[in-house]
Amino acid sequence: MGFLNRTQAIFAATAALVLVGALVFRPSARANDPRLPSDGAEVLERLPPRDRAEQARGEARKALAARPDDLQTAVWLARLDIEASRKRADPRYLGQAQAALAPWWDSPSPPEQVLVLRATIRQSLHDFDGALADLDRVIVQAPTDAQAWITRSVVLSVRGRYVEAKASCEPVQRLAPSIVFTICDASVDALTGHASAAFDRIQQSLQAVTTLEMREWALSTLAEIAGRLGRNDDSALLFRQALALDADDAYARAAYADLLLDEGRPKEAAPLLAGRTDNDNLLLRLVLAESALGDSSLDAHAELLAARYDGSRLRGDTVHRREEARFVLGVKHDARAALRLARANWDVQREPWDLRVFLAAAVAAKDAAAATPALTFLDDSHLEDPRIHALAQSLRAMR
Amino acid sequence: MRWRRSPPRAILPLLVAAVLSFALPASAHKSSDSYLTLVVTGTHIDGRWDIALRDLANAIDLDADGNGAITWAELRAREGDVTSYAMSHLGLAADGVQCPLTPHRLRVASHSDGTYAALDFDAACLASPHALGVAYWLFFDIDPQHRGIVRIDDGAGTRTAIFSPRDRQQTFERSALRPMHQLGEAIRLGVEHIFAGIDHLCFLVALLLPSVLVRRGRTGWSPVSRLRPALVDVLKIVTAFTLAHSITLTLSVLEVLHLPSRLVESGIAASVVVVAVNNVFPVLAEDRWAAAFALGLLHGFGFSATLMDLGLPRQNLALTLFGFNVGVEIGQMCVVAAFVPLAYLARRTWLYQRVCLVGGSLAIAGVAGLWLVERAFGVKL
Repeated sequence: MGFLNRTQAIFAATAALVLVGALVFRPSARANDPRLPSDGAEVLERLPPRDRAEQARGEARKALAARPDDLQTAVWLARLDIEASRKRADPRYLGQAQAALAPWWDSPSPPEQVLVLRATIRQSLHDFDGALADLDRVIVQAPTDAQAWITRSVVLSVRGRYVEAKASCEPVQRLAPSIVFTICDASVDALTGHASAAFDRIQQSLQAVTTLEMREWALSTLAEIAGRLGRNDDSALLFRQALALDADDAYARAAYADLLLDEGRPKEAAPLLAGRTDNDNLLLRLVLAESALGDSSLDAHAELLAARYDGSRLRGDTVHRREEARFVLGVKHDARAALRLARANWDVQREPWDLRVFLAAAVAAKDAAAATPALTFLDDSHLEDPRIHALAQSLRAMR
Repeated sequence: MRWRRSPPRAILPLLVAAVLSFALPASAHKSSDSYLTLVVTGTHIDGRWDIALRDLANAIDLDADGNGAITWAELRAREGDVTSYAMSHLGLAADGVQCPLTPHRLRVASHSDGTYAALDFDAACLASPHALGVAYWLFFDIDPQHRGIVRIDDGAGTRTAIFSPRDRQQTFERSALRPMHQLGEAIRLGVEHIFAGIDHLCFLVALLLPSVLVRRGRTGWSPVSRLRPALVDVLKIVTAFTLAHSITLTLSVLEVLHLPSRLVESGIAASVVVVAVNNVFPVLAEDRWAAAFALGLLHGFGFSATLMDLGLPRQNLALTLFGFNVGVEIGQMCVVAAFVPLAYLARRTWLYQRVCLVGGSLAIAGVAGLWLVERAFGVKL
């Protein structure tokens, strides 16, 4: 063969292939590269719809601009902002709520209303200690503030301080209608070995609930407790009922998707999540489902999600660590990195999923010792959840 | 995101005067950020500032027709307001003296959480700054959770800083790196990379193992009689490898070529397997320099990933590339210098011919095979 022998020919071909491959995969443009749109009608961004809530925010904003030092106007706007943030699962509104409260925010003794709002904003940004400090002040200054007691119970419960969380529900019995107390109290019970009784209590009170939103909330809470009891079929049915009442409840949707993923039904989970990729938590479930299905959109979606986590990290946020740990474990298959994230997350929040991610990462990393704090917590809390106990079992077997 | 969900707003009427829901919002989105890049060259600063349209829309009405969608035409119509708003919330100073800012053009850029306005501007300073002062207060009045993510590249190094309402002013001392220093640094990186990257070492060793032997028949080997042909052989191999990886390294750092990292990493592992297996079951003739060249092309992409990860300064790129290649070559020569004399002395022994060559090659092939599976399928073995 002329001046090339067989080997040289083979390698020349390999070299040519590498170069051709590189040219094929040549990046068209990197994601963040600026561009000049050619069409003036191109839609660059969609703003939140101008619904009634948005109009109310606009009015409140105008009123506050006229009198920026008026406490009642500021509180009014901040509440609307926090409400919008909850509804759209978007923390941008929290910053705007904080801006409305700016004249009182850094004061050494803010008014009680501001303290409650500040605690709500702080806990949403995962500053749980700051939130608790604010709430502790409120319950001393205004011990009849049912709102403060309940919020405090929720935050304590997120921190895994169940005895205090339950105690914080106690005063609510005298300060608010009984159903509010039932919800507060049963929610803690459901995490501390009394899930079955808590389920029954909430189910009984459900009959007295007439408003749609309240009912939807109770249903998805029941759905979660059912899952914790291993009653997956009940759980799925309750989630579907909850979503039928409010299809926009991203929380219930994510939890339902988790249940389907647990049951090995990614084919049913994916359509629940498609088209909702602007929500990071739903995008995570979609990526997990696509990973299980070997879907062709997996790479693009995983890259988008990784970019979102990178963006959060760049600004110094740590609020996504639990979800990122799931992503790194389930999609990137990097057990050590997932364990690092899950452990750091565990220092801050201790909800069932925090525990589960921590244990799952430790199992994958074959590092039972790393999960000791989580195992101890599980024993002490008496949390019921077959999925979590199965993980704990495999870790104990490793030791 | 907060996991446990809070009761809905409908509980409000139940809670007499406490009006507010327990609203514990779940944040499933990123908070507001802007991305500012400053490239300092002497007295001149080139700036690019990416600001989310959603954030800008809170300060400037960008949705002229009120239909909830911001179009390019609507943004362009407010270009003057957008640039002057941005420019009036940023200050740059060289050693305490303000550098006036001049906006150039407005484009758009996609980020993971939406479309951003991408603003090009520059700043002219009176003197080349030893200490660059940056004052940033964009959106802090309307969203105290906003953060400015600022990257500064002064030709010698890149730094990132986060600006917040509590941290509005920061000063950056000029990087201590001078060109000679930068060259030295790049060489050091290259050397380090050879010794840190076990896969490159394995590849090199697998290529070098047969260099003190000549093939006899299909499976046999006989020792070379003199050192000189062995050395020539080695020199050809190492040079071909260096030449090849320099080419792809340069092209990919310059962003002319790009291969997905999974493909590159898997390919490198595969190349080690091929070369090692070939030592035992020859399918390729003895022109191992050709193999070194072809596979070197692949390894160059791997080197470039390393170099990119280190946040390469964009200036003096040629110097950095040159230094890194020199470093890689020095590292390889160290391996050669340590390996060839020993191998030459041991070449006649059964130990070398059977254990080192056959056993060593198989061991390398086995390990590289594991890497290949791990990298290609994304699993951890």
